[in-house]
Amino acid sequence: MSSVILITLLAQTLRIATPLIFAALGGIFSEKSGVVNIGLEGMMIIGAFFSVYGSYITGSPLMGIVFGVVAGGVLALIHAVLSIHLRADQVISGTAINLFSTALASFLIFKLFGKGGQTDIVKGLSYNIPDAITNIPLIGKFISELNWFVILAIILVFVSHYVLYKTPLGLRIRAVGEHPKAADTLGINVYKIRYFCVILSGMLAGLGGAALSLGITPLYREGMVAGRGFIALAAVIFGNWKPFGALGASLLFAFGSAFNIFAQGLSWNLPTEVYDVIPYVLTMLALAGFVGKTTGPIASGKPYEKGSR
Amino acid sequence: MNKVENKNNNSVNIVKNTLKALAFPFFSIIVSIFVAVFFVMWAKGYSILQYFSALGDLFGLIYKGGFGNTRVTFVTVSEVTPLIFTGVANAVAFKTGLFNIGVAGQFILGMLAAAIVGTIPGLNPVIHIILIILAGLVAGGIWGAIPGYLKAKVGTHEVINTIMMNYISMALANFLILRTHFGVPGKASTPNIQKSAELHRFVSGSGANISIFLAIAVAIFIFWLLWKTTVGYEIRAVGINPHGAEYGGINIAKNTVLAMVLSGAIAGVGGATHVAGVLHNVKDFMALPSYGFDGIAVALLAKSNPIGCIASALLFGTLNSSSRTLELNGIPKEIVYLIQAIIIIFVATDYIVKYFSEKKKKEAITNE
Repeated sequence: MSSVILITLLAQTLRIATPLIFAALGGIFSEKSGVVNIGLEGMMIIGAFFSVYGSYITGSPLMGIVFGVVAGGVLALIHAVLSIHLRADQVISGTAINLFSTALASFLIFKLFGKGGQTDIVKGLSYNIPDAITNIPLIGKFISELNWFVILAIILVFVSHYVLYKTPLGLRIRAVGEHPKAADTLGINVYKIRYFCVILSGMLAGLGGAALSLGITPLYREGMVAGRGFIALAAVIFGNWKPFGALGASLLFAFGSAFNIFAQGLSWNLPTEVYDVIPYVLTMLALAGFVGKTTGPIASGKPYEKGSR
Repeated sequence: MNKVENKNNNSVNIVKNTLKALAFPFFSIIVSIFVAVFFVMWAKGYSILQYFSALGDLFGLIYKGGFGNTRVTFVTVSEVTPLIFTGVANAVAFKTGLFNIGVAGQFILGMLAAAIVGTIPGLNPVIHIILIILAGLVAGGIWGAIPGYLKAKVGTHEVINTIMMNYISMALANFLILRTHFGVPGKASTPNIQKSAELHRFVSGSGANISIFLAIAVAIFIFWLLWKTTVGYEIRAVGINPHGAEYGGINIAKNTVLAMVLSGAIAGVGGATHVAGVLHNVKDFMALPSYGFDGIAVALLAKSNPIGCIASALLFGTLNSSSRTLELNGIPKEIVYLIQAIIIIFVATDYIVKYFSEKKKKEAITNE
């Protein structure tokens, strides 16, 4: 295998992994604070659609990203209100968010673009790097095959790790997710932290959606997200609820797909479906304790009721 | 004299409780339609003053699209049937305190099993149909048993496992259909099932078939099982308070697996009858069948009551079947899915009611 092919394969892996990394980081923040977020899929859908719409009306992909992130955050706010204040079952609320956003995106394609199924092609985020870098052997080629989202995703993994494990805020988030009552007695506002984390998770998932639409093909098509939100959820679990773990899991899952595309050029390819199930099977095995050991935040999924025993 | 009064009181109480139980689902439906009308107005370009004409449009079209003529009525029936199955499947899991998001996957497994068993030639129709339903039952049951077992023995959350298994089942189906001799080469679907395996349709050319009766029978059976038998009592006890149930000598692990198997089996039968009655073959899957997720909505709206599932399946089935008529009249069919999603959101928040009643109580205490 020549090094050029290897580099293409790696760059491809990173590009496929990027939306997953964003959404998985979102999932980590939400789950660390004790709110299960099944709605990642829906938030990615809304992020993907609104980033396209933002780029469509403003003509600027950067504004598109802002639209996508805000839309994801607003949707997450609904999930937050439902599951934190109204104490709805978080899984049900997430399911409703998924159904709602799929329907809303399709409705808005009809309403705002006047057609069904998919939007117009809009301006994607251009990725121009100076020749000085492109000309570096191997690394230059590798970098030129990425996009800004990839770089941002990797930076955000470091930032998330730092925030979660090295700052007081991160300590509070983890305390709220592990033992909300103890955190409350110490004067931490459990609801505030949870709201913050859920909204942040929606914004990150929205960014993941934007990375999927503006970063790859700059349009939104129905069914485009295709379960990536759930793969991101799998990456959260397989990565043991840690940013670097999620990065690794996303890369592993994405490598499956990238290798699949790559292997189709060779004669010894396995069926696509085999690559498709890898993330899901690995996650189930990991959860069952066969591969590695994963333990989630203890209070995850439980609404916190002030003053309850 | 006293006895008569007691009896009267009892029946009054029953009526009161039923009304109370029905009040919130009705409230959710009304609110979601109220919200949906705004989307209709937006789609049609109406002004705010035309709210009631938009409301009228929506209702009129849903009725016309659901029951307007015999053809659409039969479409509605064929839409309602799988929803009863998936709704009851979800309800059984909810009653045990489990969340079976995997109904969609179990439905796929039922479809696959039916498509494979359905192609066996030369069987007596009665035997063949029984076989096809059993195949769906077993396939769905096994697919439900896996997350149930993992939950009971290893303690992994069934929600994650069932989500993962939904996608695994989709990949499995596509693999079998596209790459093995179970599929027709170059057609991306399985061969049509034998005539002997087809469920009787009410009229030719419409998917409505006798499995609607089976669906209703299953709903009634599950109601009987849950409320009139020891098995059902144990399942519900685990759902209401697992620790209390265990203290009372009920095996939580056994009942968890049992409920998931039951739930999966019902979903599997739903998939099998959908193939035997409506589709007659299985095409490769681009997305999960929507009946699985709609089933969650059906069960939630019915408050996990199997008999109630029939009514709420009727509502959602009507919405589904009216989507075409809506689209022909310039209202995007997504309105239907929006209504469904909003209903779930509101049903999920039945805490609102509790919140206000608790607030009242608190105020009463502080005022004293």
